[in-house]
Amino acid sequence: MSILVNRETRVICQGITGKAGAFHTAGCLEYGTNIVGGVSPGKRGTKSEHGLPVFDNCHDAVSATGADVSMIFVPAPFAADATMEAADAGCSLVVLITEGVPTLDMVRVRHYLDEKGTLLIGPNCPGIITPGQCKVGIMPGYIHKPPDGTCKSVGIISRSGTLTYEAVWQCTTRGIAQSTCVGIGGDPVKGLNFIELLERFEKDDETDGIVLIGEIGGTDEEDAAAYLGRHVTKPVVAFIAGRTAPPGKRMGHAGAIISGGEGTADSKVQALKAAGATVTDSPANIGEALEAALAADNPRMAGSLAGT
Amino acid sequence: MKIHEYQARELLAEAGVAVPDSHVVQTVDAAAEAYAKIGGRVVVKAQVFAGGRGKAGFVKLCDSAEQVREAAEFMLANRMVSPQTGSDGIAVKRLLIAAAVDIESEYYAAVVVDRTRRRPVVMVSREGGVEIEIVAKENPTAIVKQWLHPHLGLLGFQSARLIAGLGVTDKEQAKAVSRIIRGLVEVFFKYDCSLAEINPLVRTKDGQILAIDAKMNFDDNAIFRHSRLREMFDPGEENPLELQAKEHNLSYIPLDGNIGCLVNGAGLAMATMDLIKLHGGEPANFLDVGGSVTAEGATEAFRIILTDKSVQGILVNIFGGIAKCDTIAEALIAAAKGIGFNVPVVVRLEGTNVDRARKLLAEAAIPALVIATDLTDAAKKVCAKVA
Repeated sequence: MSILVNRETRVICQGITGKAGAFHTAGCLEYGTNIVGGVSPGKRGTKSEHGLPVFDNCHDAVSATGADVSMIFVPAPFAADATMEAADAGCSLVVLITEGVPTLDMVRVRHYLDEKGTLLIGPNCPGIITPGQCKVGIMPGYIHKPPDGTCKSVGIISRSGTLTYEAVWQCTTRGIAQSTCVGIGGDPVKGLNFIELLERFEKDDETDGIVLIGEIGGTDEEDAAAYLGRHVTKPVVAFIAGRTAPPGKRMGHAGAIISGGEGTADSKVQALKAAGATVTDSPANIGEALEAALAADNPRMAGSLAGT
Repeated sequence: MKIHEYQARELLAEAGVAVPDSHVVQTVDAAAEAYAKIGGRVVVKAQVFAGGRGKAGFVKLCDSAEQVREAAEFMLANRMVSPQTGSDGIAVKRLLIAAAVDIESEYYAAVVVDRTRRRPVVMVSREGGVEIEIVAKENPTAIVKQWLHPHLGLLGFQSARLIAGLGVTDKEQAKAVSRIIRGLVEVFFKYDCSLAEINPLVRTKDGQILAIDAKMNFDDNAIFRHSRLREMFDPGEENPLELQAKEHNLSYIPLDGNIGCLVNGAGLAMATMDLIKLHGGEPANFLDVGGSVTAEGATEAFRIILTDKSVQGILVNIFGGIAKCDTIAEALIAAAKGIGFNVPVVVRLEGTNVDRARKLLAEAAIPALVIATDLTDAAKKVCAKVA
């Protein structure tokens, strides 16, 4: 099993003829993703460089291909509209990779998508991958390890791109597979968040443990901690980036800012530890902590001990 | 992006928010002329982004043209030093001369984006003139909030609840507050604010409702659609290295330590700083080269890091995904030749094209280079080098 995407998933790419869209569509196809077409206004009836059919709009693309997921590389000024178009065309999940989308655009997008019941991942994110089955995003596929029935496997949820790769690589090199990895993105207003994904990983038979990678800014990690304390039985290993970040400074991501005393790493670390997660001090120890948590008979208890 | 107080007042006044009569000046003579137009009692305020102006002596009440001249001369000639400016302080280029008012009550009003509820929220407080964080901690019931519908904005009943929350009962005054809150919300949406704040919002002894001080921050991602804001941008208030970095699509923030960092990805860049600290070192900067980094961009990153004279060692931490390790290796080799490394550079590379990168670096045999086997090894090595 996995969450959200698998080998049955039919994906279209909005912005398929752009530089980034074309490049990453090729990467996804190479990984084995079932990409069935793309959208590029004014290019109806043509083929993409990958030989995929190109449509003028999402509605045409979805009705012709039966796609259920859209991966968006449209430039930031047009990304909000593209996302709402995908929802209106009937996609059940939209993965918005684009960086730099205005926050108030995202406020409107979420409102629109929530009314439609469409799920969103991103913006400003690496996307989602179910190793061995489906990659919808820009992460390097080869660092992942698909579950093969012989090893433990974990679900990964992260606000950061490369830090996710770091965690994935530490798992893979230790023989821990990944069921699904979701980069939820570094923006203040976004789609799926920790809680919705914790809920799905908790229910997923193939997920034995969960890695949660947060960073400074907002209170998503505190909210996640409150949720996992009540509803998650699987072991959780967490890392929070930005302990050394100064307040009031935006650390690269639009959402990574400590403001008004809110969003500090300490607050998040304390909340997660109190909820029984293992929180590693070093980003280099995520794999090691996970190995220990997965091996323990009573993982949540072991987690809180190791986290002290 | 931030703007000055006088600019925020300008945007608010255009949206129908009542502000005291004021002028912006850049010279002592112009300050005296402004006083002649306003008369009576005025307040002279230095226009800088940093807080702590009052305590630093850069906000002054004046009752005559002579006093205004004196205050203006002091503020324009001296650098302002406050806890927010660092010990060097900052130069003051503009002054706001505004009519002073007799204040009866001070309130607070602001609009921000509530990340958890994913919509803007209007907050008002009966306790103005102090930081809202302090009120939130000490007297949270003084704060009243109303969340805004993304399309409908501020509704009539919400406005009424906010006014009731402020305890304003006089009909005319309630109307005036309502107009100000509506103006604030209008500016917030119109210009893609991340914060629009009036603090204090005051009731004068003669019953007027006025916005005395305003602060605005804007969503950097939305600046592309606001030429007005681009005109208001003041590069003089920004760190020149941060601006230089931005031009090359690098995200750079200087810090106080002595270990420079060059990393791909914001999360990994923060984690690298944390790791340095964990091993006893102090990071000199945050630097994210981004995913689509070129060799030229990475070379520029080295140049920016080395401009900071307190840097005694550099940690390069790359997990190649879209950014390729060999691109970084090429940049390292180019920087070693072009700029020259006078400090040790510890390199940890993993991910896309790592084998080619390692080979390139081995062939180049750069003396300053120290290759690390993993993340922990890299942090230990760089901390040992600068210790």
